[in-house]
This record gives sequence, structure tokens and C-alpha cells, in this order.
Amino acid sequence: MSGSAQHWDAALAEGRFLLQRAPDGTALFPPREHAPGSGAALEWIEASGRGTVYSATWIQRRPPEAPYNVVLIDLAEGARMMSRVEGVTPETLHIGMAVQARITDGPLLVFDPVAEGAA
Amino acid sequence: MGDRFPRARTAVVGSATFGVGEMPGYSALEIAANAVHLALADAGIGLPEVDGLFIALPDDLFGGLSLAQYLGIHPRFTDNNRAGGASFMSHLVTAVMMLDAGYLDCAVIAYGANQRSSGGKLSTPARPDRWDAPYAPMYPLSFYALAAARHMHQYGTTREQLAEVAVAARAWANTNPEAFAKGPLTIADCLAARMVSTPISVRDCCLVTDGGAALVLTRMDRARDCPQPPVPILGAAAATWYNSLSQADDVTTTAAAESGPRAMAMAGVTPADIDTVQLYDAFTINTILFLEDLGFCAKGEGGAFVSGGRIAPGGSLAVNTNGGGLSCCHPGMYGMFAMTEAVRQMRGVAANQIPGAKVALAHGNGGTLSAQATVIFGGVDTA
Repeated sequence: MSGSAQHWDAALAEGRFLLQRAPDGTALFPPREHAPGSGAALEWIEASGRGTVYSATWIQRRPPEAPYNVVLIDLAEGARMMSRVEGVTPETLHIGMAVQARITDGPLLVFDPVAEGAA
Repeated sequence: MGDRFPRARTAVVGSATFGVGEMPGYSALEIAANAVHLALADAGIGLPEVDGLFIALPDDLFGGLSLAQYLGIHPRFTDNNRAGGASFMSHLVTAVMMLDAGYLDCAVIAYGANQRSSGGKLSTPARPDRWDAPYAPMYPLSFYALAAARHMHQYGTTREQLAEVAVAARAWANTNPEAFAKGPLTIADCLAARMVSTPISVRDCCLVTDGGAALVLTRMDRARDCPQPPVPILGAAAATWYNSLSQADDVTTTAAAESGPRAMAMAGVTPADIDTVQLYDAFTINTILFLEDLGFCAKGEGGAFVSGGRIAPGGSLAVNTNGGGLSCCHPGMYGMFAMTEAVRQMRGVAANQIPGAKVALAHGNGGTLSAQATVIFGGVDTA
């Protein structure tokens, strides 16, 4: 047994990206013990990993260090999370861009751009 | 029920700032204590009469206890409520209700910080939460950048419009002797400024200064015996929707859209009745968001609203008449300074006095656009 945050961490360490769903169908992140606003019971669901960039910022660093991005992702299931998009530049990263989650070292969730026209 | 407020039954009778700008050699507590001393002198009230103490210090989680000890008083009630820069408007809500209920007779709200002299960086114990932290957002700056980027995407707001906010603030500061940042500032200067976290450049960011401020509040019956004309408190409301901006439903609408209308309803005013607006402008996007959320313009039109010098001296709405956090002072948490400027405007003694101003709004912001609180002050002859 553990709290919901530790449960989520353990799943991520096994390569699974979990979300929670409330009885009204709302998907949640970050994990909680009960549904926000109602206190209802929650169920765990596997995230599709599909998402869209909701907002993005590039944090500047002293050269030669390159800027890095911090984004808010709207997940296909409806929840939102902070993350970063890898393999993009300030010219190619844009709000509304389709992205796909990937678990990288850490373990940490990051997102990759989905090629235009890809399913 | 709820939101029952003792309109104009309490008032600010003492107000002071201390050490605004640079105050090397002073601790945060010393700066706060000096502001309290000056505000009590302004009110003609002795230290032993203070029975309510409200404070949030930048790096002292038990600031109320520290200040009580330092001042050598035994308050009936001490409040360390921390809602970031909105803490002080929240303190005022509690103080007003406790005064009106007769639990307290004299409340002091205070703040002090030496952020400029002690290192020149924002000092805060606040951090991104564990879900945001792995992505290394600048705290709190990148969160405001994410709100600004989305506002630009959703409504077509431009960097030039953000720059208008900074330029207006500087113009007010240039004629305020207390303001720290003075000198010419143009839209072009802002656009050429070093980028920090896109779309926020250094010129979109508030100052890092020292400074303290304090307010003394009491019931109106007693306030009339004080040497200064009392500034009545007409309404005050705090609103909390989230802590991390990542969890906002819509990052372009803040809880000011709740706190503002609630405070104005208590006061019996609408935006059209408000003569001067003091907003917590930690970043230029704040001013645009809060003007929209408080109802001075429609959602999404804030960028156009601030353009053409409309909130600068001589414009149609007098916003941040002291120069705000962008150009007057920003000692870590600015909320108190929005209120002391509103009080000056109501007393008719502001450096950039708005002639005939009868109603002032002061709005505080805390965290990552998280905590919002609005106070409406009336003129000294408010019925």
C-alpha cells in the first residue's frame, strides 16, 4: 500500500504512465487520494501519452549553454502537466503542436513531436 | 450567505513605508519594525495599543512571532498567513473582520525585506512542486512566461503591448521621489532587452529592492479621533484556485476574476467608479491579466487596453501611480506597497496624486498567479 503519488512513481519506474479518472470521466494529474472538488473515489488508467502543447517557454542560459524549454501539455485524456519537448528548437516548437510521451532516464516523462500526418 | 463585510466600519489610520530602494545594513525585521514605528506615529497610536499583528516575512516562516518579540508586544492574535504577495490583502480581510467583531481594537499589517542589499536576488522559500520541479522552470518567472505565451497565442497580445506596461510604470516612477528605477524607458528599449524566459525579458520583470511598509487599522468610531483622516475599507476579498499555474484550467484567467467582483460587490462599486488602480505587477503580463480579470476591459483585450499610454500619466486609467513593482520597488513581496499607495491616493498626498480620487483598488498576487486578493479603499469623506 502507498499513497497515490508513490503508486504513480512506482508505475513510472516500470515504464507505465498512469493517470486517474473520476466518476464523471475527468482525467487527473497529478495523482490524488480522492477526486478534487467532490472527494469521489478514483480509478487508475493507462495514459495514451498523446498530448498537445498548451504553452511553452524557452529559458535562456549563458552561452554557450543552449536555451531549454518548459511546456504545459494538455494530455489527450484531459489532464495537464508540466514537461519538456525534446528534439525541437525555438523555431519548431509551437503551441498546439501534437506530442507523444516518452519515459526517459530518471525516470522522467518527456514528450517528442509527432510528425505531421502521423496517426 | 458569505461575503458579509463591514463596509466602511474600519479604516486605515496609519500608513508608512521605510527604506524603499536600498537600505544596506538593515535586516528584513529591522526594516519592518521601522515601518511599524512610522505607521504608528502617523496614526498617533502607541505600540502597547497594538493587539493584532499581521505579517509575512520573506524568509521567516514564523514572522509574526518574530515581530511580536522584536516589538515587545503581546498581541491577542498573530497571523503569518502566507499567500505570497497577496498575503497582506488577506491579512487585511482577517484584521477588518476581527476589528469589527470587537476581538481586536488595533491591527498592524507589516512587511520588510532587504533583498537588494542581501544579495540582489528574489529570496523566497517557495519552490516548484515535485511534479513541476524536474523540468527546471525558473520560479516563479517561467510560470508567468507560460501564462504570457498562452495569452499571446490565444488573444494576439504582443511584446510591444507588454512593453507598454513597463513604459507606463517607468513614467509614473519618474515623478515619484520614492521610486527606485528612474530614467527614460522606451518600447524599443524593452524589445531589445535581454530575454530571460520567453516571452519575458528583463524589462518585463519587477525590480529587486529593499523596503518595508506598514498599515494601522482600527474601527471607524476610533479612527475619527486619529490625527490623519481615516481611509475607510469598503470591501476586501481573497480567492484561491490553485498553487501551481500548471494546474490552472486556463492560465490566462486568474482568481482576480473572483476576488475583484466580490470585493467590488461588498464596496458597492463597479470598475467605472474606481479612480486609481494599484496592481501587483511582478511581471508586465500581470497588469494585463488583472485589468481584464478585475473588469476594466474584456478578457483578451488587456494588451490593446494598455496601449497608447492609456495607463501611463495622462492616460484614461491611473494604474500603479507610484511606478509599481516594475519601477518603484519590489522587495520580494509587493502587496503592501499597492495598499500604501492606494492609501496615499485616498488621503490626497500621493507623489502622483490623481485629483479628486474617491475610490482606490489595491490588488495583490501571490505564487504563480495563484493567490489573488483585492481591497477597495474609499475616500476620506466616504459616507
